[in-house]
Amino acid sequence: MNFEYSDEQRLLSDTLRKFLGTGYSFDARGKIIASPAGFSDDVWAALAEMGVLSVPFDAVYGGFGGTTIDMLIVFEAFGEALVVEPYLATVGLGGRFVARGGSAEQRARILPALIQGKHKMAFAQTEVDARWDLRRVTTRATKSGDGWVLEGDKRAVLHGGSADTLVVSARTGGAPDDARGISLFLVERTAPGVAVTDYRGLDNLRVADVRLSGVRAGRDALLGPEGDGFGLIEDVVDYATTLVCGEAVGAIKYAHDATLDYLKTRRQFGVPIGSFQALQHRMVDILISYEQARSIACLACVKIDTADAAERRRVVSAAKIKIADAARHVSQEAVQLHGGMGMTEELKISHTFRRLTMIAQAFGDADHHLARFGAAS
Amino acid sequence: MDLNYSPEETAFRDEVHAWIEANLPSDLRDKVLSYGELTKDELLGWHKTLAKKGWIAPHWPREWGGTDWTVVQRYIFEEECGAAGCPPIVPFGVRMCAPVLLRFGTDAQKQRFLPRIYNGDDFWVQGYSEPGAGSDLASLKTRAVRDGDHYVVTGQKIWTTLGHYGDWIFCLVRTDPKTEKRQDGISFLLVDMKSPGITVRPIVLLDQSREVNEVFFDDVAVPAENLVHEENKGWTVAKFLLGYERMGTGNIAVCKRELARVKELAARAGLLDDPRFTDRLTRVEVELMALEITNLRFLDQLRGGRPPGAEVSLLKIKGTEIQQALTELMMQTAGPLAPIFRPVAPDAPFDAFTATLFPRYCNVRKATIYAGSNEIQRNIIAKATLGL
Repeated sequence: MNFEYSDEQRLLSDTLRKFLGTGYSFDARGKIIASPAGFSDDVWAALAEMGVLSVPFDAVYGGFGGTTIDMLIVFEAFGEALVVEPYLATVGLGGRFVARGGSAEQRARILPALIQGKHKMAFAQTEVDARWDLRRVTTRATKSGDGWVLEGDKRAVLHGGSADTLVVSARTGGAPDDARGISLFLVERTAPGVAVTDYRGLDNLRVADVRLSGVRAGRDALLGPEGDGFGLIEDVVDYATTLVCGEAVGAIKYAHDATLDYLKTRRQFGVPIGSFQALQHRMVDILISYEQARSIACLACVKIDTADAAERRRVVSAAKIKIADAARHVSQEAVQLHGGMGMTEELKISHTFRRLTMIAQAFGDADHHLARFGAAS
Repeated sequence: MDLNYSPEETAFRDEVHAWIEANLPSDLRDKVLSYGELTKDELLGWHKTLAKKGWIAPHWPREWGGTDWTVVQRYIFEEECGAAGCPPIVPFGVRMCAPVLLRFGTDAQKQRFLPRIYNGDDFWVQGYSEPGAGSDLASLKTRAVRDGDHYVVTGQKIWTTLGHYGDWIFCLVRTDPKTEKRQDGISFLLVDMKSPGITVRPIVLLDQSREVNEVFFDDVAVPAENLVHEENKGWTVAKFLLGYERMGTGNIAVCKRELARVKELAARAGLLDDPRFTDRLTRVEVELMALEITNLRFLDQLRGGRPPGAEVSLLKIKGTEIQQALTELMMQTAGPLAPIFRPVAPDAPFDAFTATLFPRYCNVRKATIYAGSNEIQRNIIAKATLGL
């Protein structure tokens, strides 16, 4: 057991923070958000250049072969800078699906291009009534010739609008709530029959509704075994959940630092407001939430790489419960302690509030994970 | 970063586990697990067993009996002791007085006291709080007046945990009442409790237990050689010690054991099917999972012998909140049986364990008050960590 970052990890953290500090200021980010695509090709190229897109992938494909703690370093830095690029969708979801469940041919075709910044991905899973139940899939894949035809509606697909390839969950068998009978398909976003409606979320990330009508998928589009995709979905979603926990830790860190700074500089009644004990104690509770959130995120990252599926479910849900609670607590307190200024679009704290609020609900809110933790215990 | 145990660490855990299994008397273990009041002999007996093995003071320097364990080994040891139901190591000697002597004591004081503390020859207690000096410790009034080769001590200490077992008490006393700053003029004295003029009186607590006491000093003569550090510099010693005092208050291993107990009791009471109960239980469990890692991260930062700072305040706040939440959940499992406390006829049949749950809930309300209330801990973090 040890808590030190390795030299390589420190280098990764320093390089990334230096890049974000200069190339991803709050103003620069504002311009990226306002652009038509909602993310930056230049930033994406730079992330590829620095090797950030390669972190979790095997060296065979040009990857860095990193652990999930390495990914925590990336996501903490992204969280602090409120990065809106399609990194989670491409690396954390799409890339993970291919790396964990793809055939040798699929891995060789997609991962090197992804690592070089030439291929973006997204995971099209959520449907209108599904909430966070990963088994709830009504999109159908019907056998046709040598392949399948896909019909269905996917909602709020993270960065679906910019993805080259969508990982689509569809039912090849079973009833709408069965774990069995779900298959995964690699679908080109530009394939005939795919209609994408792009949205800007209030947290400034892009999401898309994806309508599939008569979309043809060949044999080589099937990811993993037919009808047995649920285990892989859970594995990848647990991984992505852990990563957004890391992102939340970074955003909480920013909220902590900005609020502390505000308490020291904002003067009322002739003194800094941080001299008031009522506010001091609330600031301490923000710090405690940060430390506890960081600890549980570290635990989840380690367990993702080492635990069996049962323990992984339990620890990831534990992490998400704590992260959801901490995200809600810190984001609300940060706005409150900033007073009227905390309400303004002008300050990064309001953007941090919105992102933390969305992370609290991403891949299941605290109630969802309380139930899942109970079932896993 | 790797949060899994290495093969060496696993081997160490197995060694500690096997040793405890072989050396912890089962009746003592049962008494601990049923929250029984431990006698002085029971507490010192376990202390001596550990001393004989060489494990009573892992954090001391090697020359005085320390073990040179890594942070992780120390954690594993505490974890195994907590899980097995070992009696607590009474902290006032090995974990509080001894670090003070090692840091501030003269060679003669170290030679005289440290081996006796190590071997459990004396039962040490703490004389800090006074009726008018609780959170505001520096307002203490107990006087020590120098008279030739001794001090004459007069005053009163309060909340002295296990004071009725005490052989020796370390005290903060006022040696100069006229200083501008109240923190100046305080000194740190070691007092033999057999000295004439000392009276110990019990205070019955919320749970009707006798655990803490008032200690009265009436012209008690204390040899001047029992002064630790310089006269009027006791506040420096006090602050140093407070860090160590809070260190042991997180008590994660015991919380884990108690969590398992809550689950067992809740299962028996059919409460694990009630999401209102299990949601609250899970939130406590999750906080504990996080605190275990927070604790290890902070301990890791303390490598190299830096005295603990404001980090331990955070551990104290969170650890005691969890402890209290667990006792509350546990009491709830007793449901309508919670009121049963003691049979009026001494030989009546009696569910002695269930009868401990309500008193335990009452007793543990102390945790957020003692060793610097949690509000004081927040003041410390605000000042020391946040710079407010």
